[in-house]
Amino acid sequence: MSDLVSINVDGVDIEVPAGTTVVDAAMRADIQIPVFCHHPKLEPVGMCRMCLVRIGMPVRDRATGELLKEPDGSVQYNWGRTLQTGCTVRVAPGMHVVTNSAEAKDARDDIIEFLLTSHPLDCPICDKGGECPLQNLTMAHGGGTSRFNFNDKLTNDKSVPLGELIYLDRERCIQCARCTRFQSEIADDPVIAFHNRGRHLEIVTMSDPGFDSYWSGNTTDICPVGALTTADFRFGARPWELTPAATLSPHDAAGENITVSTRREAKSGGRVVVKRIMPRQNEWVNEIWISDRTRFVHHFAEAADRLKMPLVRKNGQLTPTTWDEALTLVAEKLAATGEQAAGLAGDRLSNEDLFMFQKLFRKALNKNNNIDLANKRLAGGDVTADVGIASGSNLGDLGKGDTIVVIATDLHEEVPIWWLRVKQASERGARLIVLNVRETRLDKHASFVMHYAPGQAIAVAGNLLEHDEEVATAVRDADNLVIFYGYEGLSYDETDALARTLGNLLLETEHVGRPNNGLIAVWPRNNTQGVWDMAVHPGLTPGYRADRNPGLDANAIYAGAESGDITALYIVGADPVGDGLMPGRGALDFMVVQELFLTETAQLADVVLPAQSWLERDGTFTNGERRVQRYNPAIQKVGDSRPDWQILAQVIEKITEGSEKTPFAASLVFSKEIAKSVRAYKDMDYRTLGQVVEQFPKVGGDDLYYGGTSYANEAGIGQQWSASAESKKPKKPFDVPELDVTRPAGLVLLRVAALYTPGTLNQYSELLHARMAKPTVMLHYADADQLGIADGMSLVLRVNGTELPATASIQDGVPSGVALLRGFAWRKGLESAEIVKVQTPITA
Amino acid sequence: MIKKSYATEIEDILSRYPTKRSAVLPLMHLAQQEYGYMSDEAKREVAEILDLDPTHILSIAGFYTLYYEEPVGRYVLEVCNDLACALRGADDFLDMVLGKLDVDLHGTTDDGLFTVKNVMCIGACDRAPVLQCNLKFHEHLDEAKFDALVDQWRSDSAEQTSIVDQIIAGRTE
Amino acid sequence: MKHVLLRHRDVPDIHKLEVYRKNGGYEAWQQVLKMQPADVIDVVKASGLRGRGGAGFPTGIKWSFIPKGAEEVYVVINTDESETGTFKDRELLERNPHQVIEGALIAAYAVGAKAIYNYWRGEYMDAAHECQAAVKEAYEAGLIGENILESGFSCDFYNHFGAGAYICGEETALLNSLMGYLGQPWSKPPFPAIEGLYAKPTVVNNTETMANIPPIIVNGADWYRQIGTERSPGPKIACLSGHVNKPGNYEVPLGITYRELIFGEAYGGGIPGGKAFKALLPSGGSGPIMIDEHLDVPMTFEGPETVGSVMGSASLIVMDETVNMVWATTKAIHFFHHESCGKCTPCREGTYWMEQLLHRIMEGHGTERDVRVLENVAENIGGKTLCALGEFARNPVLSSIKHFPEDYRALVQPSAEIPLAVAAD
Ligand SMILES: Cc1cc2nc3c(=O)[nH]c(=O)nc-3n(C[C@H](O)[C@H](O)[C@H](O)COP(=O)(O)O)c2cc1C
Ligand code: SF4
Ligand code: FES
Repeated sequence: MSDLVSINVDGVDIEVPAGTTVVDAAMRADIQIPVFCHHPKLEPVGMCRMCLVRIGMPVRDRATGELLKEPDGSVQYNWGRTLQTGCTVRVAPGMHVVTNSAEAKDARDDIIEFLLTSHPLDCPICDKGGECPLQNLTMAHGGGTSRFNFNDKLTNDKSVPLGELIYLDRERCIQCARCTRFQSEIADDPVIAFHNRGRHLEIVTMSDPGFDSYWSGNTTDICPVGALTTADFRFGARPWELTPAATLSPHDAAGENITVSTRREAKSGGRVVVKRIMPRQNEWVNEIWISDRTRFVHHFAEAADRLKMPLVRKNGQLTPTTWDEALTLVAEKLAATGEQAAGLAGDRLSNEDLFMFQKLFRKALNKNNNIDLANKRLAGGDVTADVGIASGSNLGDLGKGDTIVVIATDLHEEVPIWWLRVKQASERGARLIVLNVRETRLDKHASFVMHYAPGQAIAVAGNLLEHDEEVATAVRDADNLVIFYGYEGLSYDETDALARTLGNLLLETEHVGRPNNGLIAVWPRNNTQGVWDMAVHPGLTPGYRADRNPGLDANAIYAGAESGDITALYIVGADPVGDGLMPGRGALDFMVVQELFLTETAQLADVVLPAQSWLERDGTFTNGERRVQRYNPAIQKVGDSRPDWQILAQVIEKITEGSEKTPFAASLVFSKEIAKSVRAYKDMDYRTLGQVVEQFPKVGGDDLYYGGTSYANEAGIGQQWSASAESKKPKKPFDVPELDVTRPAGLVLLRVAALYTPGTLNQYSELLHARMAKPTVMLHYADADQLGIADGMSLVLRVNGTELPATASIQDGVPSGVALLRGFAWRKGLESAEIVKVQTPITA
Repeated sequence: MIKKSYATEIEDILSRYPTKRSAVLPLMHLAQQEYGYMSDEAKREVAEILDLDPTHILSIAGFYTLYYEEPVGRYVLEVCNDLACALRGADDFLDMVLGKLDVDLHGTTDDGLFTVKNVMCIGACDRAPVLQCNLKFHEHLDEAKFDALVDQWRSDSAEQTSIVDQIIAGRTE
Repeated sequence: MKHVLLRHRDVPDIHKLEVYRKNGGYEAWQQVLKMQPADVIDVVKASGLRGRGGAGFPTGIKWSFIPKGAEEVYVVINTDESETGTFKDRELLERNPHQVIEGALIAAYAVGAKAIYNYWRGEYMDAAHECQAAVKEAYEAGLIGENILESGFSCDFYNHFGAGAYICGEETALLNSLMGYLGQPWSKPPFPAIEGLYAKPTVVNNTETMANIPPIIVNGADWYRQIGTERSPGPKIACLSGHVNKPGNYEVPLGITYRELIFGEAYGGGIPGGKAFKALLPSGGSGPIMIDEHLDVPMTFEGPETVGSVMGSASLIVMDETVNMVWATTKAIHFFHHESCGKCTPCREGTYWMEQLLHRIMEGHGTERDVRVLENVAENIGGKTLCALGEFARNPVLSSIKHFPEDYRALVQPSAEIPLAVAAD
């Protein structure tokens, strides 16, 4: 890291990295210089003037450079003419800072008094009341009575919607510009700004929709007063009534750390309900930011139509029953079926669930290996196990001299926090190479962009060192190289070849086995990595050991269910019927589905077992950087639902007639089972995962004004498991299968991701309805012309008998020969859909 | 659409700066000339030309006094009544103007011809009372001179050459 | 005296290139193109020229801060001139534009800039016709543009217009505005000389400062030092307004007394109607008020400091005995409240608060306590603002309360709680 500089703050000697501001330096020594506008993640601006301190520099003789001494022999200091803003001054050797003098305190009193001349005194009804720096600092610094004549106070609108998500109280705003700076510096969405000037400055937006950004909620965390609030939380509760729970975002492969705040409410029948979701600091994962999806998509967990009781089919009807009856039935049927049983799991499940799932088949059902991930989109877990980004990595460390390659994915829409961190790495000087069929938002920050023809991803990856000298150098000679790959426009088999090709590139250029180097899969779900690690895979056992007797993979299982080769099917946390992977129950004798909702698949089952959502339970997820992280329960269970791992363990217990006991807790599944069977997890248990280290900037605590109202992390930062290349150099390159990647002649349909895509989980968050991506077919002019499709025309996509409505959109950035499908939930066959024009009468 | 009516001028303006954003004030001057005030449409057009979010144009429009966010009359009369002018009777002059045109300060006459604003010093203190009409200086004013000006403005023959066209767009004639 | 700056008063039509050249115009420029840039800076340093924008920073030293060999450097002329009572830059550019252009070109050559932006306040568009035409003529004559006069040096000149914001006269706010950002100042450092326009080294000089450059080059530093005083050399344009018989711009050698300027027949010619002098705002609204006993100090950068005031932009607003100083202060504070950009707390809130208090006092609802609070608010702004606007705003308040407590006392109710201290009288 950078050089250290010694300074003295209020008599305390401290050493901090060069370039640190005085405020941040003092903070490291737990000396809090009050701030409003300063935020350790934003560029200093020095505008609120709250952080005024006296700064002295040792005086040196101009000629000799010697330190000058006072008559008493002490070092002579130049204390400057005025107080200085500690947030804009950077440390220099020998600097002395005085923050606790009468002079500095008076200055702060004055600034507080100035701020309060315009600020309303409505703390008792303010959402920030109780966690407001202005309130706290007023207690500490404010004069007893106001000298400001109350009649002179400006009155202003108190409830201005900046969009559906964020509201502004104009009276409370103290014009610190944290929100606008966050939006332009960090989110790169400068859609809010100051309007007017002087005392009349106010935050406005003109974007459509208002405050159009995937990151808007973060401004409510860092707003130092109660001026910005989310529509979700506004007036929902007072901060001190809330109980925080440390958990994780269940939405994408980054595993953003969050805090879910809950409250027991009479109006919810005495239930504990979610009031808000806020970031929890993890500088290795999401720093102190979360995307709006993470913040606002949680209502599904508390939805009225959650499954609450086990259901068993009786006389053709799914009928509520007891757990014991349901589990006994499942155990009997599975035991009786033996080899003709199969299992499919989803990749939202926790490691504990997934482990128990494979254990059910491999152990209770006698080495039955007919298990797989239900919806396979992206391969390469075995490759990341070898050359995945090494343990000890932090995307926040990448910068000058480093290179990041991003291929076949749209990080902004799929894993927004990775988009943000990659963008910031490029701003710190890392070279960014973005490869895709089409434009994505990351292109803007890239030093090299290439748009290849559909299907060419593998070839492009394979030729990266030959294609362009600058690119080759950037890749070959990078101090550190990180490669993100995804599945946009690729088949599962193609992603497998792509992962291997990239693995070879990393090996060839020797970017494996050390921190900040390696491969990152942009998994479609939060725990796809866990599916690999726990070996919900027909050919691997936990810990990536090949099984000599591979079972049927998902495709074979679907075919078997159709043909009758498979007679019993156990589906956990997946909806293959809804996803178009399975036409119906086919020739199945018995089908059991473990779920939150009565999905299309569940509706066809013989037994439906109500599972708990992630908010009701604990467990671990493993993110795309192979960081294993814990999450904790926030709300009570819904109905009589149970955690997936427990249900599975109970089935195992029944099948094995009690020889395999059900563990008491997820932590035991982890420490007694996973840590024993999965080699890479052997040093982990709930306690090590729950360990915290000091993070900088410090947030939370009583210094809320400093980092904003984001939660300090007291629940663990997780543990990144070591890829095998870290301990031993892989002997040979990966075999890359030869594939025919040609696409059928004509227009190539290609589904692209959108953060808010209509789907089961999103639909329950009404706030986001207006922002849901509308199903759209995006076309190049020439293609649209040829097809006789006009901009805005109504279309239908015909997919295996299902008709999906869509609107045509003719856009500049769409490559010719390709139709981009946006706003559609993933569905098998979507990319071979037929586009049909809807005949609408032409109105004048 | 200034993109059409000032196509070459816009290109010329953009060529003067290393970043597009720098052209925001000149383009807003043109847009206001074209649309009469900084309407939402005008803001969006400037934003589009400069690849900026329209919010930024809104922000700029609110910061500077010469951009009008509400519709104004055909002639915007900006009377200086700042200290130096006020010492030479500008406050009375302003009252006279408002009375003559029968309009409130910052208001527009019913016929839509005149908007009267008071402004801070416009750098003509030695020739007070002064006003600017659509940015053109009129100095050493008194009631009689003002009456004559109003007559001129009222009669359609009194042509208002646009200073913005001449100076920002560089159009001569 | 023959004018050095307001030369159009001696030479008709000097705004035309032909006339300007006939009268020695662009000779300095031709001379400079044959010099080493460092030598040009040395001449300007030796002349002792200090910035005419108000702060009086030595111009040659400012130029020498530009890192040598920097690839992209800019020169910006500050023609924002929005201080109340200031109208000198307008006359210069309206009537003698080539001299400013020539000065800026010399600056550009000295620091290696490839482009000059002249930032005008938007309200001056009507005053820019001649300057626009002059730029055009100079381009056509090869004095600006590519490979100027075959010297290998190239430089462009652009007029850029603001849109009504006093704060854009502050150099960093000006640069933000010119870059298309909100016209708010930034906290220095970085200083423009290191990271200015487009984060590149930038020289910002006042229009009048630029007009001083060509005569310095042609006539030499020694000649220049003969005008003015030892520490404030050169001529200065003073803007006279308010209660004087002959308001207007006057080019004077620095060191002339304020009394001479206000009462001298060659200048202001005294107070109209034979009324008595009451007060002088020596630097628009932003300098501390001077009273009769101060008028004999010389108008230099350091002179007024001895009586607690400043020369600033030398915009003299003269007030006779009829003026109520609470009224004048209210006008001045209204200006600063109206023009505060809002970026920093003490200025944004303090100017608003002071205006509220002043209005209450003016309307007769104030108490002595209000005056006390007013004074204290002004004091509390001090030393805490991001740029000098906030500091400026305190001056009329503090100095009017100091020099004219009776004007306040006449308007307010006595307050037992906190009486208005009986000042010196
Ligand atoms: C609020 C404020 C307004 C200013 N306005 C002007 C102005 O209108 N013209 C000007 O030349 N300098 C103005 N200045 C001073 C500039 O910041 C800067 O010092 C000056 O342009 C430097 O030029 P000089 O060195 O040639 O004087 C202003 C400063 C402040 C704080
Ligand atoms: S809304 Fe909040 S964050 Fe934004 S400027 Fe106002 S106080 Fe600061
Ligand atoms: S000025 Fe330093 S925290 Fe705001």
